[in-house]
Amino acid sequence: MANLLTPQLNAETPAPDWLQARRLAGRAAWESSELPTRKTEAWKYTSLFALQQPFMPARESAESAEELGLELPQLAGSRLVFVNGFWRENLSEIEPDAAIELVRFSEADQTQAALIAQHLGSVVPVNKHPFSALNDAVLADGVFLRIQKGSKAACPVQLVWHNSPQVDAAINSQRLLVLAEQHSEATVVEHFSGQGHSFTNGLSELILAAGATLNHSRLHLESAEALHIGGLHAALERDATLNSFHAAFGGKLKRVDIVINHQGHGAHCQLDGMYLLRGQEHVDYHTCIEHAVPHCTTDETFRGIVGDKASAVFNGRIHIHPDAQKTRAELSNKNLLTSATAEVNTKPELEIYADDVQCAHGATVAQLDESMLHYLRTRGIPADEALVLLSYGFINALVEKQRLESLREYLKPRLTDYFGAALAVDSDDAGG
Amino acid sequence: MLSIRDLHAEVEGKNILKGLNLEIREGEVHAIMGPNGSGKSTLGHVLSGRPGYEITQGSVEFLGKDLLELDTEERAHEGLFLAFQYPVEIPGVSNMEFLKASVDAVRESQGASAYDTVGFMRRAREACTAADLDQAFLKRGVNEGFSGGEKKRNELMQMMLLEPRLCILDETDSGLDIDALQVVASGVNAMRSESRSFLLVTHYQRLLDYIEPDFVHVLADGRIIRSGDKSLALELEAKGYSWLDDGEVA
Repeated sequence: MANLLTPQLNAETPAPDWLQARRLAGRAAWESSELPTRKTEAWKYTSLFALQQPFMPARESAESAEELGLELPQLAGSRLVFVNGFWRENLSEIEPDAAIELVRFSEADQTQAALIAQHLGSVVPVNKHPFSALNDAVLADGVFLRIQKGSKAACPVQLVWHNSPQVDAAINSQRLLVLAEQHSEATVVEHFSGQGHSFTNGLSELILAAGATLNHSRLHLESAEALHIGGLHAALERDATLNSFHAAFGGKLKRVDIVINHQGHGAHCQLDGMYLLRGQEHVDYHTCIEHAVPHCTTDETFRGIVGDKASAVFNGRIHIHPDAQKTRAELSNKNLLTSATAEVNTKPELEIYADDVQCAHGATVAQLDESMLHYLRTRGIPADEALVLLSYGFINALVEKQRLESLREYLKPRLTDYFGAALAVDSDDAGG
Repeated sequence: MLSIRDLHAEVEGKNILKGLNLEIREGEVHAIMGPNGSGKSTLGHVLSGRPGYEITQGSVEFLGKDLLELDTEERAHEGLFLAFQYPVEIPGVSNMEFLKASVDAVRESQGASAYDTVGFMRRAREACTAADLDQAFLKRGVNEGFSGGEKKRNELMQMMLLEPRLCILDETDSGLDIDALQVVASGVNAMRSESRSFLLVTHYQRLLDYIEPDFVHVLADGRIIRSGDKSLALELEAKGYSWLDDGEVA
């Protein structure tokens, strides 16, 4: 589509030769597609109106972490930091680890480039999602992580994509490819943050070979003005395990499509997510779990709190193919509405074509539990504070479930800050 | 300290309390006994201000204030504490976070400065030990996955930290084994003082073997039908509640 994102397409970004074919194909797919409208079922509750403005290519930034307002999880291990889409060597840290190979596309040697080219896009249906095509079209750099067969990464690998405030609305594009070889184990944390008004298109692909375990989290701590359309696509071979955690702290428009393909017997996926929205923020999580083969399991839990005039969309699809006997899948989405003008559209979609399966799903939009509220008040906690404490607990219960201690420790003060601020806002309102 | 006069209350349109009178002075321990359905738990809920319980008649004065005019949290600020029969579980909020919020709120309402974190932690640990709860319970979600006895001891711990003026224990003995009962009883006995009063609501006399009451009342059909000293409890235990139904009603 010839539209306002065209300046980005025309920008001369240096890219490795071996990516050229993919870029051209992506561009062709993007230009021949239409921007989804709310008439399309998958975009019914999410308007792309905010994208109808000129976006300029992002510019390189040399600001320090302090100037950028960059707060990072204190994780040991390698950390690759990109600002406005450009790698920042002085903010990054590479810890040598024999178990992993961690390289940027632009630095890949011939063997690595061949591996990347072989797997990149292999689990992403580009023709179905124009923003994946757009990601391909502007592909100049990306991160490739390979975990060696039978090895366990010593420390988490952290990928930080930060946007600095820029004069014009800028477009940033990110790409991650993880190849977890047979019986390997690793932890990857994707961290999106930034200030100001920008459009981010972040696409991640996780390929788990037989017996591999990957702990993954994707944390969105972008500004209230940020626009983000992202995707996470995973393929799980026999007995592979993916634990994937998602967090979204607001944003003007955020849409994340998560597609997990169970391709080998006995694969397991735990997919958890949380979103906290206020003001006029909008977040849309579309998840789809494809159970193509027997004996796979899925545990999926998303929880959100939506206040003010914010809106959230959750669409959780679990598709159990005719061959996928002995599947066990559970899906839960619980939402708290903290204002009369907030909106949640939640829809679990179970499509079951096999007869010997165990599936459960539930979606609720509710207020806080009266008996919990009363209990806190009998202990002297004022009603407004009690509501905040219970809201915090509603989300924290999910955070506490996460295995990675450093992730819990990173999120905890952010939750405390978030709910502390909410309390201050409420008392201001009461006073005014 | 607490003066209940002609209290009538209903739940979902059904009259439960039908003219209850009770006077508790400073330092006294009162026990209210009664058969199931007599209104014992309703009394605790009404005094705590639980939503859904409507007062249709009567008055309650607590330390010179009209209790029924106060919000639930304000009653706690004034020094009223209800140990629940079935404490609610709150996953995601740790016991420590909950206790800190509670103690801070009560102290703030009383014009006292908040404890610093270290000082608070020390007090919380002491209360934990006194309630015979492992320190690990401070990090767990409020009552989350606690056994019946652990929940009751958690109530005791909160009571110790909040140092209330009037403690209402709603069937604290139900579901407790003898060891846990002794822990709770010795906690209560240690807190007894000239300025602190207790109202023990119980079905069985057993609790009163460990916490000796100054007065015992029998509640039936929403009213106190008989009052006496601790010997009344023993008499009830021996003769059963039906003893009072047969023309003994005062």
